[in-house]
Formats: sequence, structure tokens, C-alpha cells
Amino acid sequence: MSEAAFASKEEVSVSETTSENTVEQPQHSVIGEGKFSARDVHVFYGDNEAIKGVDLEVESHKVTALIGPSGCGKSTFLRCLNRMNDTIDGCRVTGDILLDGDNIYDPKVDVVQLRARVGMVFQKPNPFPKSIFENVVYGPKIHGLATRQDELEHVAEVSLKRAGLWDEVSDRLDTPGTSLSGGQQQRLCIARAIAVSPEVILMDEPCSALDPIATARIEELIDELREKFSIVIVTHSMQQAARVSQKTAFFHLGELVEKGETEQIFTNPREDRTRDYITGRFG
Amino acid sequence: MPSHTVSAYDKELESLQSIIARMGGLAESQIAAAVDALYKRDQEAAQVVIKTDKQIDELEVNLEHEAITILAKRQPMAGDLREIISALKMSSDIERIGDYAKNIAKRTEAISSGNIRILRSINNMALLVQKMLKDVLDAYIDGDAEKAKDVWARDDAVDELNNSIFREVLTYMMEDPREISAGTHLIFVAKNLERMGDHVTNMAEIIHFQVLGETLDDRPKKDVSSYTVVEAD
Repeated sequence: MSEAAFASKEEVSVSETTSENTVEQPQHSVIGEGKFSARDVHVFYGDNEAIKGVDLEVESHKVTALIGPSGCGKSTFLRCLNRMNDTIDGCRVTGDILLDGDNIYDPKVDVVQLRARVGMVFQKPNPFPKSIFENVVYGPKIHGLATRQDELEHVAEVSLKRAGLWDEVSDRLDTPGTSLSGGQQQRLCIARAIAVSPEVILMDEPCSALDPIATARIEELIDELREKFSIVIVTHSMQQAARVSQKTAFFHLGELVEKGETEQIFTNPREDRTRDYITGRFG
Repeated sequence: MPSHTVSAYDKELESLQSIIARMGGLAESQIAAAVDALYKRDQEAAQVVIKTDKQIDELEVNLEHEAITILAKRQPMAGDLREIISALKMSSDIERIGDYAKNIAKRTEAISSGNIRILRSINNMALLVQKMLKDVLDAYIDGDAEKAKDVWARDDAVDELNNSIFREVLTYMMEDPREISAGTHLIFVAKNLERMGDHVTNMAEIIHFQVLGETLDDRPKKDVSSYTVVEAD
């Protein structure tokens, strides 16, 4: 979680000037390895069981799509992966969710650190009421990943470039984030999420408030981000899931009905419930 | 299978199926009519076959148009997607079968003195192909992968008949050079029927894929007429 993480590839010259501030190199796992491993996860809201015993592996450097009708538990499950459900009164999670083998629900886990490793992008773009620059460097600042102005500028540039927004905003970094268009705001939120060098990015319907062009840009971005991060995306658009993901998991009534290669799920699903949902036959 | 939430989607898919059924039924009767005209050397009946082929062509154009519209409108998934792609592929197989029937009808004029034994063999071959086509269409309507596989395995008999007709015609032509003109046309007629059998086999493979989402393995070809020679005595 450091400056070096940003500088690891293309930004060699800058990294030389900042290398003394290096904290530690993040332990990105190699391609193909499991990132998250959920085992027998149950989630209760009071007496209501929202997730009923889900087992799911999330693979590194792949996009995993969670699909299913409203209320099926896909967003609830997504929010378990960085303990966003902790903030909901009466919400109880049982079972194990392992991130690189360590249970994230272990009492010793620092939730703030966890959320730096597992970032999140929401349905509606939600930039802070601050400048574009401040939006991006906010995370690195509070996590102490970068402090000097040149470091912050570097983080902002690399993150915005990676989010495909740099060329559009490089000359107006001090204007409010909220002055951008919806699609740009969402890319700003992605830049903010990746500024702290997370290992996993969770996306909860990131394109549902965007027009088709802005959606296409985000989808293009997701495919590029996959090289660096593991991505879990909740989407209501079957076509989007089919386009952007390599793995798909179908949820219904709190159960994980079917999981598999995206291509298989959308061309030849094994379960009737999956078939009925993706072909628009749900009652 | 439950119906789609959007009922118009179901109607659109049913329409594709009904076009395929009509095309298939037409092709089936075209084979019968073409071979019958040949057998009786009935020029008028042959002309009717040639004209009727246009109907199959038109249906194919309609089907393509409808299929493309559904793809654009509904972004079909899974079984629906396979169904539409299958209809598109099967329609071109049926269209080709229609073309071969038309080609047989065209040759009726040239075959003024067909050897009666050969014509009988050709008639038998046509009956086999028609039955295969009928059964494959039934398999399509019923969504019956097993039935499709059964048809798929039956093409051997058609190939073998083609081989034997090929040898027989060659022998007649060697015995009597006056048979060469009609004989050559008859070889083409048999080959046309053999190709129809191949298209029916294709359709069987498509249906198998449509229903189960799995492809059938390659079928070993039994048509050896490409390598057949008849030694002079």
C-alpha cells in the first residue's frame, strides 16, 4: 500500500524521488490464484436470513459478476466482502470469508485497513464535495500513503490515468468533482477507489445511472483494471455481466444457485432457475 | 419451460419455428415431386418444382429478417440464443436442399432415356432422404435431441446408395456410350440426393446443439464416390 505500488511500472523516474517514503509493497497475488474464499456465509437482518449458506471463490485478476433479481442477496453478499454490512444495525454475518487466506471477520482485523485493500464503487457516483484533486488524494492522505505535495500529485495523476479520466480533467484538477458529468464522476470515484492501491474493487451496479456511452467507457475500464485488481461487480444488466466478467454467480432468494465461467452461464446454464432468469422468463 | 415475461418475445420465437417448419415441409415435397417428375420424365411437373423453389428462398429471407430483428431487440441468452442461431443455420441448410431438388428437376429434360433400374435406385434414395428430413423436422419441433441423433446416424445408408448408383452408372456407360449423356446426369442426381442427406445431417447436429448446448462429434463420411474407379475389362 505505497507510493511504490503506483510507481512499479511506467512511472520509474518519479518513484526514484519518492522511494524513501515507501512503506511496504502490497502483496498482490499472482494471476489465477483465489483472492476471496467465502464458505457457508449466512447473513441475517434481525430474524430475516438474507444469505443462506453461500460458498464462492473470487479469483485474482478476474471480473466476477453477481447477478440475480432484486432482493436475491447479491448486493448483501458484495457488502460482506469489505464488511460494509457492519454499519447496518441488526445485521449478522456467519461463516468464513477469507481474503488471501485470512478471515476478514476475525476480531483482530482493522476494518479501515480492510477497506483500503477492498475498495468499493457505488451505483450513484458519489464524489466528495471537494476538488477533483482532493477527491483522489483523500484516501492516500488518511491512510498515510502519501503526504508531500509531489507525492500527492503523483498519486492523483496515476490514479486518474488508470481510471481513464486524466486527459479530460488534467487542466482543471481544482474544480469541484461534482462539476463533472455523471460518467466522469463515476470514473472519478473509480480513481478514488484505486488511489489507495486496493487489491479488490467491489462495484455495486456502477453503470446503472449512466448513459450507454459512459457505460461503455466504464466497461472498457473494468477490463483494463482487471490486470491490476480483482473485481467483483453486481449488475442488473445481463448483457453487461456477459460482456465484462469471466466468472458469473447467479443468486436467487439468498441462495447461490449457480456459478461458473461466464460464457457457460450465458450460453448453456445448468440450472433451470438460471436459465429462466437470464432469458427473461422469471415469474 | 415457463413463458417469457414479455409475451411478444415468445410469439417471435414461435414465428421462427413455424417458418422453419414450412420451409422443411416444402423441401420435403419438392424432393418427392422432383424425383417423381424425373421417374415419369414429366417436363411440366419438373417446371412446377423449379418455380416452387422460389417460395423456399423467400421464406429464408423472411426468417433471416425476423431472426436479425429478434437479436437486435431482445439480446437473447442461453437457450433462446441457441434457438435463433439454429433457425438461421437450419434455414440455409433447407434452402440448399431446395436448390438440389430444383437441380434434379432441371435435369429431367436431359434424362430422356434413363435406365429404369437406376431410376428405381434413385427413387429409393430420395425416399430415404425425405424420411430423414421429415424425422429431423419432427425432432426440431419436439426439441428431441435423441431423435435428431438417430437421423444423424442414418446418413450412412444414403451415402452407400450413392456409391452403388455411381458404380452402376459407370458400368452402364462403359457398356454403351449412348448412355453417357443420361448417365452423367443421373450421377449428378444421385450426388444431389447425397448432398441433401448431408444437409439433413447438419440440421440434426444443429438441433442436438440447440437442445443440449453440446455439439455432436464428427460423423465418419461413408461417401466414397470421390475415389471410385471402374477398371476396364
